[in-house]
Amino acid sequence: MIKLTINKKEHNVDVDPDTPLLWVLRDTLNLVGTKYGCGVAQCGACVVHLNGEAVRSCVTKVSRAEGKKVVTIEGLSETHTHPLQKAWLDLDVSQCGYCQAGQIMSAAVLLKENKNPTDQDIDDAMAGNICRCGTYLRIREAIHAAAKIQRQDA
Amino acid sequence: MEKGNSTNSRRAFLRSSALLGGGLMIHFSGLTRFSPAEKLGNIDLPEQWNEINGYVKITADNLIKIICPNPEFGQNVMTSLPMIVAEELDVDWKKVIVEMGPHDNVKLGPQFTGGSNSVRMYWRPLRQAGAAARHMLKEAAAQTWGVPVEEITTKAGMLFHEKSGKSAKYGDVASKAATVPVPKDIKLKDVKSFNVVRHSQKNVEGEKIVTGKPLFGLDYTHEGMLIAMIEHPPAIGMKLKSFDASKTLQMPGVKDVFTLKLFEDGFEQGGFDTRTFNDLLVVVGKSTWEVMNARKKLVVEWTAAGDTKDYAGGRNGKTERIVPGELENTDRQYQKMREFADKPAQQLRKDGDPETAFKNAAQIIERTYTAPFLAHNCMEPMNFFAHVTDEKALLVGPLQAPGWTEPTLVKLLNLPADKIEIQMTRMGGGFGRRAYGHYLMEAALISKKVKAPIKLMYTREDDMTYGVYRPMYTATYRAALDANKNLIAFHVKGGGIPEHPIHANRFPAGAVDNYLAEGWQIPSNITTGAFRAPRSNFNAAAEQSFLDEVAEAMGKDPIEFRLELLKRAKETPVGKNNEYDADRYAGVLKLIRDKSGWNKPENKKYNRGVAAYFCHSSYAAHVVDMVMKDGQPYVERVFSAMDCGIVVNPDAATNMVQGAVVDGIGNAFYGGLIHKDGVAQQNNFNKYRIIRINEAPKKIDVSFVQNDIDPTGLGEPPFPPVFGAVANALYKTLGNRLYQQPFAVPVTDKRAF
Ligand code: FES
Ligand code: FES
Repeated sequence: MIKLTINKKEHNVDVDPDTPLLWVLRDTLNLVGTKYGCGVAQCGACVVHLNGEAVRSCVTKVSRAEGKKVVTIEGLSETHTHPLQKAWLDLDVSQCGYCQAGQIMSAAVLLKENKNPTDQDIDDAMAGNICRCGTYLRIREAIHAAAKIQRQDA
Repeated sequence: MEKGNSTNSRRAFLRSSALLGGGLMIHFSGLTRFSPAEKLGNIDLPEQWNEINGYVKITADNLIKIICPNPEFGQNVMTSLPMIVAEELDVDWKKVIVEMGPHDNVKLGPQFTGGSNSVRMYWRPLRQAGAAARHMLKEAAAQTWGVPVEEITTKAGMLFHEKSGKSAKYGDVASKAATVPVPKDIKLKDVKSFNVVRHSQKNVEGEKIVTGKPLFGLDYTHEGMLIAMIEHPPAIGMKLKSFDASKTLQMPGVKDVFTLKLFEDGFEQGGFDTRTFNDLLVVVGKSTWEVMNARKKLVVEWTAAGDTKDYAGGRNGKTERIVPGELENTDRQYQKMREFADKPAQQLRKDGDPETAFKNAAQIIERTYTAPFLAHNCMEPMNFFAHVTDEKALLVGPLQAPGWTEPTLVKLLNLPADKIEIQMTRMGGGFGRRAYGHYLMEAALISKKVKAPIKLMYTREDDMTYGVYRPMYTATYRAALDANKNLIAFHVKGGGIPEHPIHANRFPAGAVDNYLAEGWQIPSNITTGAFRAPRSNFNAAAEQSFLDEVAEAMGKDPIEFRLELLKRAKETPVGKNNEYDADRYAGVLKLIRDKSGWNKPENKKYNRGVAAYFCHSSYAAHVVDMVMKDGQPYVERVFSAMDCGIVVNPDAATNMVQGAVVDGIGNAFYGGLIHKDGVAQQNNFNKYRIIRINEAPKKIDVSFVQNDIDPTGLGEPPFPPVFGAVANALYKTLGNRLYQQPFAVPVTDKRAF
């Protein structure tokens, strides 16, 4: 049994400790907001927070998450009103939407560390997240907008 | 079809019924024949799909639900199609509930996502659906209040009778409306008075997306569901020889390992039943990770499949096609294309006397362009859920064309169509890839065999190496100039593996007196399929780059040169069957000239490239502004102009154009898949480069030509000309022209791709 804290809730899961966190989230706990895109740390669709840091859950063994706080897109904000979620909706960023949970989770860590990122900061922080539909311009714009909301709220 | 029926099908025929518990449900049959502007693959869409039905429900407590008929793959039809109904129905868009419809070609029409057809084919029928419902509601209110129907007005889901001051919600009279005869001639709104359509509305699933709700095929789950994966041969052209699964079967979570045949020998395939591998080595287990691990323990021997046969059904009866068994190599593919390019080809169009014109030319410009196979790389890999029993089948997942898959399923499962239920989930991208439903058929056969609900999942590696790629293309363009540098003849000879890309009746056909278009093709076992603007996505790169060179040789500005040709095509068109409207084509060029500040001194700091193209009945032009960044060419800014008629949802349409531009830049620079002994050399994103945020422009400024023409295609048309504009900007940036895609490879590495 591995004890996990995901989105503030405790779970005990009976899986091989080498199982990537991604598949524990998706298959065992039915938290399917975190996506599979490549399985080899190339696309960012699977990004979650581990003790506040962005990790690629497809290459993160579940054993590494034991005793740490895991946050997924489902738990990013209890009311679903994280500044990034608001900005994403405001700018209607999504096309197919498949990459967007990973984009938002990566951006959330950026915004925590950098209250007013430049385009360059955004590009640096987000280059690990592929959007096959090509919504990058709106992602950039939405991160700026979310940073603004965050500053205003603070 | 009986005569009575067929007459009926051409008139508005609408059906209404009362909802259980009160309310109105209307299936509206439209008038419009489904006639896609562009063929996909080699087949036409079935003739019988000549009716399109909307689907609206209004309950007594005033809930208004609009069913979206077409699968959603990111083109935002789940928003734009219901908007069209809502416009004519006159309801408050914010209160409308939108739901994705099940596969039901009778009630919901063709339900095909692809060919930039969704809005085009549903535009009239859905408007008629909304307008008829509104009329019936008005009629019901008039009867209730005892006033003439002409005096009833509507606004945002409310009915009003001004003289008496009476008002009601749609829901109040919905049950009565269900008894009102369906109107025959429905007057549609003036397009100038729209207040839902032509106004930006947010993606109806936006919130679900940003909060991680289950939406996609891979998110689907079911009581007792198992996970299945297929081990396919490492190389295209190989097949299973033998396998030893003893170690796999010992792995935790594994339920079964077995082989299946997708199609029996001689099976008549439909046009979209493309399959790369027929023998399926299947591993079924409890969870994704367990199956992934267990697969690694398989000991498999593969062998060369040799030449095989495909059988196609269709109107002309059963036809046989030999699929060559060669294990292909990219070097050899290029070599073969060069050999074929020198052989005589099929003439596709000829105007005037091109041979003589070329003979008499003062100058001939000749250039050859090539482009590699491209993998679609939808963000969500191929997958499908299936639960097949002896009596029925439930299939759930991402699919662009359920209507094309169902007939094959009927044959494969030996079940009647009405026992096969297909539900379409939101798709994590499609780009044409999900019009080919082999993964759904595989899922169905696996479920049938294991007698359990299963979800078939392709890993990224499975997805990228399976085939169904954008074909490999080449084309040689020749232009003849006379002594005064007038363009007197134009010749294009294009080919590819396994098809040629040439659209013979498109620009500059019609604008040059002497014109010749030819095509040839090389058979291959590498499977290919529609990829965002099939063929056009190559032509626009080659032809638009070539036209730039011709303009330069003639000493003309590239935009003015194109406009002169279009003027000719409009005033004294050459030949017949010119597909494009020269005025609309010129329109986007003029718009982009203005918007981009073409030739303005303040834009001198950019290396500018322009291109325009026509496809899917729409017109697109881009100006690409390139700079050098960190030693690499970088597209910093793009201006885009589109003429796709009425723009249903402007902000979402802008998003779509911006996405197409990014996609185009990415594929032009980096896209490409190569083979070594049949093995795809790219199998994940560490080897197949996809454009990333730092490579995306800072700004993409999108303008739409304002007109009241019924909507034409949008998802695809802005994509092809990006390649041409990038090629032309690269010439300015590098000082030399690049003819071989992907462009970033020759830039950084002189080796041939
Ligand atoms: S799925 Fe983890 S990075 Fe792609
Ligand atoms: S929105 Fe489709 S992959 Fe990003």
